[in-house]
Amino acid sequence: MSVLVVAEHRRGDLRDVSYEAITAGRELADERGGDLHVAVVGGDVDAFAEELNREGVDAIHAVDDGEEFDHNAYQAAAAELADRLDAGAVVLPNSVNGLDYAPALAEALGVTLVTDAVGIEYDDGLTVTREMYGSKVETTVDVAGDRFVLTVRGGEWPPAEGVGDATVEAAEIGLPESGARVTGFEEVGGGDVDIADADVLVSVGRGIEEEENLELVEELADALGATLSASRPIVDNGWLPKNRQVGQSGKVVTPDVYIAVGISGAVQHVAGMKWSDTIVAINTDPNAPIFDIADYGIVGDLFDVVPELIDEFA
Amino acid sequence: MKVLVTVKEVAEADDDFAIEGTDIAESDLEYDLNEWDDYAVEAAVQLAESGVADEVVAVTVGPERSEETIRMALAKGADRAVRVWDDALEGSFPDVASKVDLFEAVVEEEEPDLILGGVQAADTGFGATGVALAERIGFEHAAVVNHLDVDADEGIAHVHRELEGGVEELTDVDLPAVLTVQTGLNEPRYASLRGIRQAQRKEIAAKDLSDLGLTADDVESALTITSMYEPESESDAEIIEGDAGESAGRLAEVLREKGVSA
Repeated sequence: MSVLVVAEHRRGDLRDVSYEAITAGRELADERGGDLHVAVVGGDVDAFAEELNREGVDAIHAVDDGEEFDHNAYQAAAAELADRLDAGAVVLPNSVNGLDYAPALAEALGVTLVTDAVGIEYDDGLTVTREMYGSKVETTVDVAGDRFVLTVRGGEWPPAEGVGDATVEAAEIGLPESGARVTGFEEVGGGDVDIADADVLVSVGRGIEEEENLELVEELADALGATLSASRPIVDNGWLPKNRQVGQSGKVVTPDVYIAVGISGAVQHVAGMKWSDTIVAINTDPNAPIFDIADYGIVGDLFDVVPELIDEFA
Repeated sequence: MKVLVTVKEVAEADDDFAIEGTDIAESDLEYDLNEWDDYAVEAAVQLAESGVADEVVAVTVGPERSEETIRMALAKGADRAVRVWDDALEGSFPDVASKVDLFEAVVEEEEPDLILGGVQAADTGFGATGVALAERIGFEHAAVVNHLDVDADEGIAHVHRELEGGVEELTDVDLPAVLTVQTGLNEPRYASLRGIRQAQRKEIAAKDLSDLGLTADDVESALTITSMYEPESESDAEIIEGDAGESAGRLAEVLREKGVSA
């Protein structure tokens, strides 16, 4: 059965997750012996169609509709195309916008939804690998039925490359009037400091426990000549401003040295710092995922280790 | 305006845990209100305090144990609660459509104008129920909302959606709507002693499938967990051993080699 991938773009550019979804979609299409179709909805659809014509793509459907994301248009276009193509699966990026219409699409199509897949296999039926309990465990999930909507996690499949020989056609689809309208965008995280410019970052997470304890990591940053950054909970609590946040919804940083203090290393955080040259982690939990990407680790209490480290540089 | 806020009691695994069959051992799990839902409760209570909402009803799907958690939502200011549970739900891994069946039935009884819930549940991390529910009941929706301004007269929720990479999308959403709430939307309050006392007297209506006009077939899940395991560590980190002083000393050497100095 054929597979439909829906590409994602924002403010004039296709997002990389689109090419990753194509790879995942191709994998599934191969296992089910079908064609891979890619839909692109809105924006400069002709230019996007050309860019999406990568190896393994059989057909591209360009749906002309406004500039910005409209979940109602995406849902209507994907549902109509899935129906016309008799698609066995619709594959989307597990992104903020993907999660804004994938569940409604599955509901409208009356098919099963599995989100945030990190692995897929199709034998007699679909088996999806996904994480649970905050990335502490992985599970395999068997999915009944033969039609699905699937969202795939970013960074788990390599982006599709090369130039394909897909057919490109403009798909005429009647799109609904939307009850949700994008009126603009706001960049967050401006301000006094750009953590993306720092050579050395001391980054603080939930392990710091209390706002008063931030002084300790500020002192460490001073001692090391480093800039202070943070993981999401610290910014959610209002203890540091948004421009200090490292991660998927914050900044992507690539310093020479990244020192993670009391950060467990959730996937959203890791997405923002995994390209750092040297990663150091200090955490009490030996199973914390931050140690998977660290070059150096100390399994210990930051309140014991950090004061000693400050003394070393005093 | 009536606001329905969906809350879930989620399980968190201890640092050291064992896997029994296809789940973490019960003794290694701690239960708490889902972090994202805490922000949704706060948003709902703030709407009541500012006079936009007349009533805030918390709804949960969970066994009797979860009454403690839903009572926290009442202590923080929700007016009353509905708890849905049935033996048929015991031990299953519900798919999104089954959860939507349950919430749809509650929505039919309660007729809210606005539904708030967290972006995702910390344990299963599907991030899907709110948007699927919106489709089922014919509401508009917005996912991953980190700024909310409800204009009841206009019938519009002005929201920011938190996209990746430090960009927020400004969107106007027609009411009635389902909004899924991102952490950081507000500062969730701690329940006051007075709130906790009052919560003891607030109603938690328990409903089973037949109360909602549903049967076990309606909530049969298309998903089955077939295995659970700890992901293989890909770590090639040098773990620095020793007490705090020794390990800090060794780390300082490493950092100096990398050119770190004040």
